Amino acid sequence: MLFSKADSPYLTTDSSVQSMMLKVVYALIPGALAMFWFFGWGVLFNLVIAIGVCLISEAAMLKLRRRPVRPALSDGSALVTACLLALALPPLAPWWLTTIASLFAIVVAKHLYGGLGFNPFNPAMVGYVVVMISFPREMTLWTPPTGVGEGWPDFIDTVSLVFGSGAAADLDIDAITMATPMDTFKTQIGLAYDKAYIEAHSVHGQIYTFVSGVGWEWINGLYLLGGIWLIRQRVVDIRLPLSFLISLIVIANLFAVIDYSSYPSALFHCFSGGTMLAAFFIITDPVSASTTPKGRIIYAAGIAAITYVIRTWGGYPDGIAFAVLLMNMAVPLLDHYTQPRTYGETGGSK
Amino acid sequence: MRANDHSSVLKSEEHVGHFHGGIKLPGHKSMSTRTPISRMPASQRYTIPLTQHKGAEPEVVVNAGDRVLKGQILAKPHGLISAAVHSPVSGQVVEIAAHHFPHPSGVAGTCVVIENDFREEWAERKPVGDGYRELSAHDLRTLIRDAGIVGLGGASFPSAVKLTEVGIETLILNGVECEPYISCDDMLMRERAEEIITGAQVIAHIIKARSCIIAIEDNKPEAIAAITHAVEASGSDNLEVQKVPTIYPSGGERQLIQVITGNEVPVNGLPSDINVLCHNVGTAYAIYKAVFEAEPLITRIVTVTGRGVHAPKNLEVDIGTPIHECIEYCGGYEPDAKALIMGGPMMGLTLDDDQLPVIKNSNCLLVSAGIDITLPTSEQHMPCIRCGKCVEVCPANLLPQQLYWYSSSKHYDRALEYHLFDCIECGCCAYVCPSRIPLVQYYRHAKSEIWEQERERKKSDIARERHERRLERLERQKKEREARLKKKRDALAKNKPARETEMDRKKALIASALARVNEKKSKQNVEAKNTENLTPEQQQKIREADARRKKMKQQGK
Repeated sequence: MLFSKADSPYLTTDSSVQSMMLKVVYALIPGALAMFWFFGWGVLFNLVIAIGVCLISEAAMLKLRRRPVRPALSDGSALVTACLLALALPPLAPWWLTTIASLFAIVVAKHLYGGLGFNPFNPAMVGYVVVMISFPREMTLWTPPTGVGEGWPDFIDTVSLVFGSGAAADLDIDAITMATPMDTFKTQIGLAYDKAYIEAHSVHGQIYTFVSGVGWEWINGLYLLGGIWLIRQRVVDIRLPLSFLISLIVIANLFAVIDYSSYPSALFHCFSGGTMLAAFFIITDPVSASTTPKGRIIYAAGIAAITYVIRTWGGYPDGIAFAVLLMNMAVPLLDHYTQPRTYGETGGSK
Repeated sequence: MRANDHSSVLKSEEHVGHFHGGIKLPGHKSMSTRTPISRMPASQRYTIPLTQHKGAEPEVVVNAGDRVLKGQILAKPHGLISAAVHSPVSGQVVEIAAHHFPHPSGVAGTCVVIENDFREEWAERKPVGDGYRELSAHDLRTLIRDAGIVGLGGASFPSAVKLTEVGIETLILNGVECEPYISCDDMLMRERAEEIITGAQVIAHIIKARSCIIAIEDNKPEAIAAITHAVEASGSDNLEVQKVPTIYPSGGERQLIQVITGNEVPVNGLPSDINVLCHNVGTAYAIYKAVFEAEPLITRIVTVTGRGVHAPKNLEVDIGTPIHECIEYCGGYEPDAKALIMGGPMMGLTLDDDQLPVIKNSNCLLVSAGIDITLPTSEQHMPCIRCGKCVEVCPANLLPQQLYWYSSSKHYDRALEYHLFDCIECGCCAYVCPSRIPLVQYYRHAKSEIWEQERERKKSDIARERHERRLERLERQKKEREARLKKKRDALAKNKPARETEMDRKKALIASALARVNEKKSKQNVEAKNTENLTPEQQQKIREADARRKKMKQQGK
């Protein structure tokens, strides 16, 4: 009897790139639902537009690069990029903003570098930073996190805001948008107010409730929950989020201890802006992160440090996207200098 | 005496160390352990490859047409690292020719083919028995070498070479058998524990080991019980049994040493560098047979298993038996049999032909069926997403994703920097890879390319050296010639004055002769001119002719 030949090993696990990517999407659901609850229809619109544009541009690029479309499209990586981008953009972002960000993420940041596995930069963050720098005004279109029904623009208004040439005639966009707590904090500190004053005079009296601001603490909390599930599912290497959060807490505490009245607490940092989304879903993108165990710890700590610097002294309210891209650049260096000691290698003899 | 005092012989798992990474795999071992080892009936025709071990090809000492006896040597070891091969039956040597046999390269090698006469006539045997204690280590090594014993755990390194180390503290007997499906060591330990222990004592005697630890994975309770019992019965006080956790690849020599001793074997070193020596339980059994029964390595236990075999079991098989006969003895193939693997599903070798013979390292014949084992297909795998799962499981603590990156892009110098050659090809990385990249295949390819480059480099080094030496030689010859000529010239220069006058005289003679000749020549030339001394009439005619010519030329214009 004759048989075919192959190379060992002949056993594999069930895990696949697709299942890993889909698990990331599932883990995003609780946080995304919270965002929908607090910010309204815009969140859904962002998701639909980003997913549509990302998948279409992914397919088009694969076709252009003469690569098999179906397996690459079904690996779920474009879907994850789309979701991360949509959840990072402001809920009332006009359709073209989301489209430009998505196109940049997939076409430039991903496929022009060689597609999945070859992109040195996190595609979602590249898309985000491009629109952040190009369209700063549109990037502030956050609604107050009032919760379902109360105050958020209804479906029709959202349609006209997202797809219209601007706000509908009877809708004053400035009246319905509001700076995020982190943005407010920064502006006020810049005006030399201290923390107690800001807390007392915040818009709607709602910036500080429990830790970081109405809505935001819930959103971040639910991302944290999804992230813990991802770690348990062995999709995410615990080193990345742990190092990121610990570093952020240490740095924030350090400054809060030095001057409590002008630096927000570590809790505020952890539960506001995109901290938890970044900790478990963005910096954990394996392709653009460092790949060695030690390198990952340094990589995440570096992102935390740069994020803190930009948040505190930089020109942007949240600096995670920039921090991620900056650390992406350091990855080859980190990978090279953090090779583990191999079996039987005597310490320091390298 | 410590009879029945289990705790002193059987060490608990509390104290064992661990190695980096590793994976938990479904065992599938009970499939082939339900029935005792059966003796496979003799076959008609045996194909015995000469090279069933790592090292040099042994020298054939029989000729086609010779009658050979059971246990008779067919080829004797050649060089330091080599192993003998023997006839498993009495019969006739039919041919000595190149045949295919199970080997990763797939290349045919010289085989001795023997036709069985079924007379079971043994060659002369003189068992050493308990007298081994009186023999020197050297004599015992020679005995083991002549018995053709090689490491039966899979490496098939000639065992005698691994018994030369001195100053060994600990002998580790490897009964871990960590690959799924394989159970030959398990069954051997269950059924022939006493012989294994005796073999271990022979080894310990040769290398003068202070202690011997028999390591067995905790998924083999019957084997642990049998071995523990045999150790107790032996009354020896330097033998211990160590249960080790079931984590693949804890049976790897370096991994097991780390588990047992907590120490790592240095990168380019050997276990003996840390005073440890590791032998497989099957090897210990083979040594027992050689010493106590004067039986060379002509049989081995083979696990015939997998969903593709009708009745999986362990067989005691003569080396050289065609594989398909073993399968048939176990009820034959199931209709959906898909692949034939020699060895386990992690490191085994797929065979394309079941006519190939069983050889010394054929520990398992695994026939897959259905979806239990998936042969990696040649279709495109997903790209590496650098998830790092491979890093978590690599027992050598390498960065498999980086090795893949540099191996696939042929940056072999970088792959070497990332310790490509420390890879033991256990397959853990490929097992966990979500992109299903056949990583080990890439590493093997890179390794062979690097070896090839190294060979080429050596070859070109030799060629260059030869060329340089040739240039040197030519230069030297040229110098010698010049020196010789110079010597001659110098000698000539010494006699110059005398020779010069002679030369001048000769020159003068030649010159005068030439002058005469020239004079004569010029005279002749003058005489030969026929336009001089013409008559006025003739001159007139010439002038007229010239005038006519001129006229014609003018008219022609």
